[in-house]
Amino acid sequence: MEVPILKQGLYLIASIQSALTDADLSQLREALIERVGKFRARGVIVDVTALDVMDSFAVRTLRDIAHMARLRGAETVIVGIQPEVAFAMVQLGLTLKGVSTALDLEEGLAFLDRQSQERIERTRGRIIRG
Amino acid sequence: MAEELLVPITSDLDVVSARQKGRELAAVAGFSSGDQTVIAAAISEIARNILMYAKRGEISLRTVLNGDLDGLVVVARDQGPGIPDVARALQDGYSTSGGLGLGLPGARRLMDDFDVVSAPGKGTTVTMKKWRRRHA
Repeated sequence: MEVPILKQGLYLIASIQSALTDADLSQLREALIERVGKFRARGVIVDVTALDVMDSFAVRTLRDIAHMARLRGAETVIVGIQPEVAFAMVQLGLTLKGVSTALDLEEGLAFLDRQSQERIERTRGRIIRG
Repeated sequence: MAEELLVPITSDLDVVSARQKGRELAAVAGFSSGDQTVIAAAISEIARNILMYAKRGEISLRTVLNGDLDGLVVVARDQGPGIPDVARALQDGYSTSGGLGLGLPGARRLMDDFDVVSAPGKGTTVTMKKWRRRHA
């Protein structure tokens, strides 16, 4: 089950539609990292609303995606973790430390917009201080 | 009641199938959707352990009655290399596979009863149960 990846402006949106196998998750990681370069994306959103379960492999893969994308110059935000899924993750001892999350797609987009705004302001600040 | 559902585990597709069947059985047995997710997550972890360490094995799912409690029993069996040090394998962050080392200890936290029987060369059997109080 391949995950569709949409390009919206400077962002890539991967919207998981159903349960994923480990191989599907790894494939998503490769596809996203490749496309960050291809589309010169500045942000990545992974929508996990449809995921029934987030186990250790899924969490590790999402963490890898976020860290690899950051190394390629794009910020990642995971959106749509359901309440039951969050509960089970905490019990399992799984954290998404170092990875940004947002409630849903809308919040995720707003988060990325703020991030790129801050990036622009930081750059401007540096130029002015020169 | 004692009907047993057997899911062979030979690929990562079977891991998904085992956790989905576990969730369905938990729903039929009246577990809340939160508990269904917890059970599915625990099954996902131990099914992946079978694949990772033993390559193949099976997961058995069944419901049981115990007084005024309904239970869901998950047994994961394999004929793999076995676990040399079960106590250590149950510690958070200990892994011989390069994983997060949260599979067994995490599954134990998710379930109410958890038991591992394993010895080198003898395979591994993990038995875990989740209970719910039956409402009159």
